[in-house]
Amino acid sequence: MLLSLTIICVVAGGLLAGVNMLTADAIALSKATALAEAIMKVTPEFDNNPVQEAEIVTSSDGASLLIYPAKKDGKQVGAAVESFTMNGFSGEIRLIVGFDAEGKIIDYSILQHAETPGLGSKMEEWFKTDKNKQSILGRSLGNGNLRVSKDGGDVDAITASTITSRAFLEAINRAYSAYAGTDATTGATGTDGKSGATSQIDAETGATETEGGEL
Amino acid sequence: MENNNLYVSPSPHIHSGDSISKNMYGVLIALIPSLLVSLYFFGLGALIVTVTSVAACLIFEFVIQKFLFKKEPTLWDGSAAITGVLLAFNLPSNLPVWIILIGALAAIGIGKMSFGGLGNNIFNPALVGRVFLLISFPAQMTTWPVPGKFPMTYLDGETGATVLSLIQWNREAVPSHVQMLTGDMGGSLGEVGAIALLLGLAYMLFRKIITWHIPVYLIGTVAVFTGIMHGVNPEKYADPLTHILSGGLLLGAIFMATDYVTSPLTRTGMIIYAIGIGLLTSVIRLFGAYPEGMSFAILIMNAFTPLINSYVKPKHFGGK
Amino acid sequence: MNDMKVLLNGIIKENPVFVLLLGMCPTLGTTSSAMNGLAMGLATTFVLICSNVVVSSLKSLIPDQVRIPAFIVVIATFVTVVQMCMEAYVPDLYASLGLFIPLIVVNCIVLGRAEAFAAKNRIIPSFFDGVGIGLGFALALTLLGAVRELFGTGNLFGFSLMPEEYGSLIFVLAPGAFIALGYLIAIIDKLRKA
Repeated sequence: MLLSLTIICVVAGGLLAGVNMLTADAIALSKATALAEAIMKVTPEFDNNPVQEAEIVTSSDGASLLIYPAKKDGKQVGAAVESFTMNGFSGEIRLIVGFDAEGKIIDYSILQHAETPGLGSKMEEWFKTDKNKQSILGRSLGNGNLRVSKDGGDVDAITASTITSRAFLEAINRAYSAYAGTDATTGATGTDGKSGATSQIDAETGATETEGGEL
Repeated sequence: MENNNLYVSPSPHIHSGDSISKNMYGVLIALIPSLLVSLYFFGLGALIVTVTSVAACLIFEFVIQKFLFKKEPTLWDGSAAITGVLLAFNLPSNLPVWIILIGALAAIGIGKMSFGGLGNNIFNPALVGRVFLLISFPAQMTTWPVPGKFPMTYLDGETGATVLSLIQWNREAVPSHVQMLTGDMGGSLGEVGAIALLLGLAYMLFRKIITWHIPVYLIGTVAVFTGIMHGVNPEKYADPLTHILSGGLLLGAIFMATDYVTSPLTRTGMIIYAIGIGLLTSVIRLFGAYPEGMSFAILIMNAFTPLINSYVKPKHFGGK
Repeated sequence: MNDMKVLLNGIIKENPVFVLLLGMCPTLGTTSSAMNGLAMGLATTFVLICSNVVVSSLKSLIPDQVRIPAFIVVIATFVTVVQMCMEAYVPDLYASLGLFIPLIVVNCIVLGRAEAFAAKNRIIPSFFDGVGIGLGFALALTLLGAVRELFGTGNLFGFSLMPEEYGSLIFVLAPGAFIALGYLIAIIDKLRKA
């Protein structure tokens, strides 16, 4: 009894190990391709390897985000930021958003979500569509966070999906605060009042500059 | 049976003269004041939506009974007409005709006929239709026309928000209690105009079509619950009177929670049922993702009705 | 000839979804489109055929007392194989079905056929039973997925048949799965008895 069960388990384990060896490379490759494609889509043209140079940066509200810097001829031209929110209609939304050197949004891509099909799931296209005040592409967050019209902002929320829209913008704002925190940008160091307590590390001098004075 | 003049039957032998159609037409009469109010505020759109909905419900009822069940259609007992009117009352007046047809098919086909027709349905058919549409076409079902004076607009009218959404997004724009009493607010056809709905309630109580238990306990529960929450945090939660006068609360409490088929049989059962709806509605309104929870609350308690009926049984004659 | 009967039995007479009402979780959960339904059905078919053949060939070696754990180990192995292959070669499909693939392990159809058929029959009939039940399952899921996709979004296998705004979103969501399944069972029951 024990023997036969053991033999079956050993054989099954061996088989799985074999299949795992065969597919591990392909799985890693398809994941890497998906990530590289997403980064390519949302950043300006680059000639470095953003995945290798990725670093973890803390956003203004303490979340750790991955930033993939895009560099051309050794100069930073933008970055892709992997951000998230837990406040979607059905929980977590993960996305990747790209900024250029001036802090303007280039493009975004939803990595993972569980929003309602036909409603919240429209965010994959909605905020790229150039209609009324829907699109967030080309906008700069330098002078404050993006907010939906209902909350006094100037971004049109998805029809009948305000909660998703709000969560989406939260993730974008979080991404920007992390991006601005790296101080890679030149003109966009000014943060909004909410993150007044965050300190920014100057890339060139290494000196810590607290922004409490701005209040 | 009809051919024999004399037949032996068990009691009761004295008939009060009540019949399905008599009660159903009584309910229809009680709905007239609200219909007039909605015609005044939403004009042409209200007329088109109501006529389409009633006609579609009657046609679907006839077709399904005649060709699918292959029995004599009971079209004129008035129940399909009530479903049609109540469905229309639960819709915004700028809804396209094809969506109303889908709603009527869901109400009669899924809500009523799938279970075997009048008397066998577990859920209120009009609400099945409404919730089906709300989930299917959320964008169209949540853009409400702004009330006017006999506006001759249908699909192209100006749109606004309901009171319950305003409570969540824009407290300053919430209409006054007087506006809510007369019906001068955004919303679906039949849920505006508290006075007209209360007139209907008075008529149905007077004609003894329904008893007071369900509406009173339901509204009372909402008043107590929202009153407590308002007391705790008046900034965040609206006062109880606003909650009672806004949204589908009165319409649901008076006309839909009291549906004979889908509500409990005994007084005690009705009270449990009504308190359940009141609590669920308040919880969905205050903490849920949807601004209005009346239709979901009624459908959920509809599902509990058989259970309530089996636990709360009337006493046997002479029993303890 | 007998094998043919076993095969058809699984597709029509004992269709796991429409007649036996087994495996309702993946049936309702994965059929939001025809493609998803078909993929889930084929993945289950693969697991079913492999586990039926292996269980049938090992049946004399497995003592009765530990047959259920042994079956589960066999099934879980094949499910993991399917999962890893899908993740490697069809990542898009894996992303939309991901959660449900590991759940094939506890799909009562697979264990049910191992226990009820494969453990009592020879390898060849067990193979055909796996093919039949699997195809019946795949067919049912594809049909349900097609109905839901068509009514929900106006598409069929991704091809647009009617404008998307005429789709009833409810069919893409969970309540529509129950409604569509109920009506499909009613219609098929009517057809089977006619």
